[in-house]
Amino acid sequence: MSLLELKNVSKIYGELHALDNVSLKVEKGEWVSIMGPSGSGKSTMMNIIGCMDKPTKGEVLLDGVDISKESSKNLTTIRRDKIGLIFQQFHLVNYLTALENVMLAQYYHSIPDEKEAMEALERVGLADRAKHLPSQLSGGEQQRVCVARALINHPEIILADEPTGNLDEANEKVVVDLFHKLHDEGTTLVVVTHDPEVAEVAQRMIVLRSGRLSKEVVNRNFTGKIKLEDNN
Amino acid sequence: MKKRRMYFKMITASLMRRRSRMIVALLSIAIGATVLSGLLTIYYDVPRQLGAQFRNYGANMILTSTEENLSLEDVDQAVSVIKSGDVVGVAPYRYENVRINEIPVVAAGTQMSGAKSTSPYWSVEGEWPAQNGELMVGAKVADKFRLKQGDSIAVSFTPDEKDTNDEVVVDSSIDFKITGILDTGGSEEEYVYMSLDDLEELTGDKGIVNIAELSVSAQSDELIAYADTISNSVSSVSARLVKRVTASETTVLTKLQALVLLVTIVVLALTMICVFTTMAAVVAERRKEIGLRKAIGASDKSIIAEFVGESMLLGLLGGILGTVLGFIFAQQVSVNVFGSSISFRPLLIPITIFASMAVTALSSLLPIRSATDVDPALVLKGE
Repeated sequence: MSLLELKNVSKIYGELHALDNVSLKVEKGEWVSIMGPSGSGKSTMMNIIGCMDKPTKGEVLLDGVDISKESSKNLTTIRRDKIGLIFQQFHLVNYLTALENVMLAQYYHSIPDEKEAMEALERVGLADRAKHLPSQLSGGEQQRVCVARALINHPEIILADEPTGNLDEANEKVVVDLFHKLHDEGTTLVVVTHDPEVAEVAQRMIVLRSGRLSKEVVNRNFTGKIKLEDNN
Repeated sequence: MKKRRMYFKMITASLMRRRSRMIVALLSIAIGATVLSGLLTIYYDVPRQLGAQFRNYGANMILTSTEENLSLEDVDQAVSVIKSGDVVGVAPYRYENVRINEIPVVAAGTQMSGAKSTSPYWSVEGEWPAQNGELMVGAKVADKFRLKQGDSIAVSFTPDEKDTNDEVVVDSSIDFKITGILDTGGSEEEYVYMSLDDLEELTGDKGIVNIAELSVSAQSDELIAYADTISNSVSSVSARLVKRVTASETTVLTKLQALVLLVTIVVLALTMICVFTTMAAVVAERRKEIGLRKAIGASDKSIIAEFVGESMLLGLLGGILGTVLGFIFAQQVSVNVFGSSISFRPLLIPITIFASMAVTALSSLLPIRSATDVDPALVLKGE
């Protein structure tokens, strides 16, 4: 069974078909990137997979559960338990330190554990910046805190929306390396990006155009430990 | 780390690390709490303050005898019924017909210190008699006999024939020095005032008086209760209230308290609107943060709990600040209006703090509830 499966999913706003009959499968441990121009439906798809929106038609199965039929309350629980979100704008709580921002996700999920949160920051190379406020961190550092926060509850899948959109080249590399590391550890990644360089390092790239799936490319040169064939 | 500890860490961090934003909210709450605490202090202290003011308008209780005359022991016994702290002054009076230059005049014998306390509005040109042999003369008597301060006059008394067994009734007479002229604008100006000892020496009778005037610092209900207790427990004494003083006091007090209460309610309503607007602005600028919290798995309930917790902490701080500032405000009002300091009421501390926390929490609940309806996807996209 695929970890994530979209079956003929459409999202319609009046006359506009933001997603039009899209079907997609993402296997456990897979790294998939979603590309497409503005207005192609990337964000709509991301919001539906991230349990922040519901499709107008079709089914979305996450770990076997059809999330398109769930109530808003249940979607919050699913998002909390199964999904780690990474945003383009980082979205850290500005009055909490890096460590507290990571612990915030633990707080809503289960019990805050400072030691575990610190280990997550160590994984993204930010142990020495744990007590700093977001305003005292660079963009790259903030994004790494965001990654640590997404990882802390061991989610089934990590959804990253333009994770390198606000970063310079050096920090972009740091974040992509981090994704490699996460993938090697078995984390399922879905990364929405405009950047072909970021998209092409994934195992599989999906291109959306006008709400439809227009192209799917498998990366035969993928260098990660977990190969696509291993998942099938 | 326990969840509760993280909860407190978050709400304190929000207040401490967003200081400049929170100071505005805190000031708004503290100003409301100050006015509330100040007005409540005044509301509860008005009866005491006004009572003290009304004591300047003279005695509010009169003791008379149910028999012929009052004894000083009866007066003492009656006064002992009243809480000592409530007794502002006691003035026993004995009235006798005396003569000055063979012309009849009414003499009042009293204890001068008591008379001073029960009749603080009396205006005396010169001095009150301080010792035996000194006399205070009413203004009308002074006019009639062309008397002035410093003059010496002889006051004589002729006992009733039936009161003596002697065949020849002999007048008694004492030479007095006039120390002051009494000007009240009332009937008091028609009397001469001497110490009870002098009058007793003049008449030869001791230990009896006609009436006793009492100035008691108490509200209408308490005064009625005191009068009833005195009349019931001291059989020879009848206690009556001076209606024109007690009734005016009750009327003014009721109206003033109603006014202060009305102002307090209006201010509280305005404070709620002010705090509501402030909290609505605070919540509105944090919509993105609420969206983020929802995105990473916060339930509406836990977001409401966090924001209400922050509001209550703000309310607590504002309430404490308001209690202190409110007392200073009430003190200034009291000193400037009543000319005396206000009494501190510890009960107002929890009342003000609780009201402040409740108003802040209620004011923030509505904007928070509407903020939890935000769609995290839209907010995080900045739309």
